[in-house]
Amino acid sequence: MRNYMKVAITTVSTLTLAGVLGLTANIASAEEKKEMTLAEKGQALAFDRKKGNCLACHMIPGGDMAGTIAPPLIAMKARFKKEALRAQIAEPRTKNPNSMMPPFEAHGVLSGEEIDAVVEYVHGL
Amino acid sequence: MKKILTVVTASVVVLGLSVTTSVQAKPEEDLAKFQEYFQKKFPKTPLADFQNGVYSIDAPSREQWEEMEEFPPYELALDDGKMLWGEKFANGKSYADCLGADVKAIRVKYPYYDEKNDTVVTLEGDLNKCRVDNGEKPLKWKKGKMAALSAYVAYEGRGNKIDVKIPNEKAQAWYDKGKNFFYAKRGQLNLACADCHVYSAGQNIRADKLSPGIGHTTHFPVYRSKWGSLGTLHRRYGGCNKQVRAKDFKAQSDEYKALEYFQAYMSNGLELNGPGARK
Repeated sequence: MRNYMKVAITTVSTLTLAGVLGLTANIASAEEKKEMTLAEKGQALAFDRKKGNCLACHMIPGGDMAGTIAPPLIAMKARFKKEALRAQIAEPRTKNPNSMMPPFEAHGVLSGEEIDAVVEYVHGL
Repeated sequence: MKKILTVVTASVVVLGLSVTTSVQAKPEEDLAKFQEYFQKKFPKTPLADFQNGVYSIDAPSREQWEEMEEFPPYELALDDGKMLWGEKFANGKSYADCLGADVKAIRVKYPYYDEKNDTVVTLEGDLNKCRVDNGEKPLKWKKGKMAALSAYVAYEGRGNKIDVKIPNEKAQAWYDKGKNFFYAKRGQLNLACADCHVYSAGQNIRADKLSPGIGHTTHFPVYRSKWGSLGTLHRRYGGCNKQVRAKDFKAQSDEYKALEYFQAYMSNGLELNGPGARK
């Protein structure tokens, strides 16, 4: 009986320890994510083929094999206000009904929050 | 005063007429404009060379492609297609009994407008019709045996010039349906065929060059490295639609038949050179 008890206690403490470690690991990774700045998140979205996929058409400093369909994203801060950039990404048809640029917000390609992050990144280019 | 009025009336009439004609663009006018557009955009490419798709405007990838064509990846499928073409159905008939004994003269007949049924008929459509009419099960549309048969007929028909006809108004309605499809935005990405293959032809989408919309149909079916197999034109249409995150239509649907009719018409005068090999 005593032996059983001992085994049970050891098992429980091992499990608890594992649980605590796991929890710590979770907190650590969440904190790492939190440490990513809005602009960094925006870059990840901009380079992700299934998300912004900006590189399909736009040259961006630091991006490989960029497309040539649309203008290069350089000196953005000097050329555009943040609000104008956001409007263009969210609904490019406002400026040009025939635009080839996907209506990222209107068609739900990116969420509003994701667009905010992309704007933060692109505006800093 | 009277003179001025007459002049004004006359110009209004002339204007009115020109507006009417420009609204109802005739296919032959579309064709002339379409071909002229690409010749201006790619002045180094002779018109006849647009049969080679993207390789007509991209020298580096053309070299790789020409090497690939020395031992073409569609060769085995051609053998299969030839064998299938020669096979007899259970009733003793064969494809030649439906589509014609001179296999070299078949590919160039398609697509055509069938007045009796008010529809566009494609090569693949007639191959399966022949099977069903003779008591056989239809083949699947996009690859496998159908693509092999299509490849064999295309190969034998190489060198003939595309000459798609639009004989009457009902046929033009099919042409217009295909034209609308080609220029209409679709899918979550809101892209028209023309966005990439007319306005942006020759530009890079990421690392890939966008092919010109002229000559798209000359070389199908194609062996595509991405597929690792042979596929029909409608298989490619489905893939394109999915890439813009639109719902794809079924192979041989009215939508894709109309698109093929329009696209083949836009390639009138180019030589057939199927099957092809693509990345």
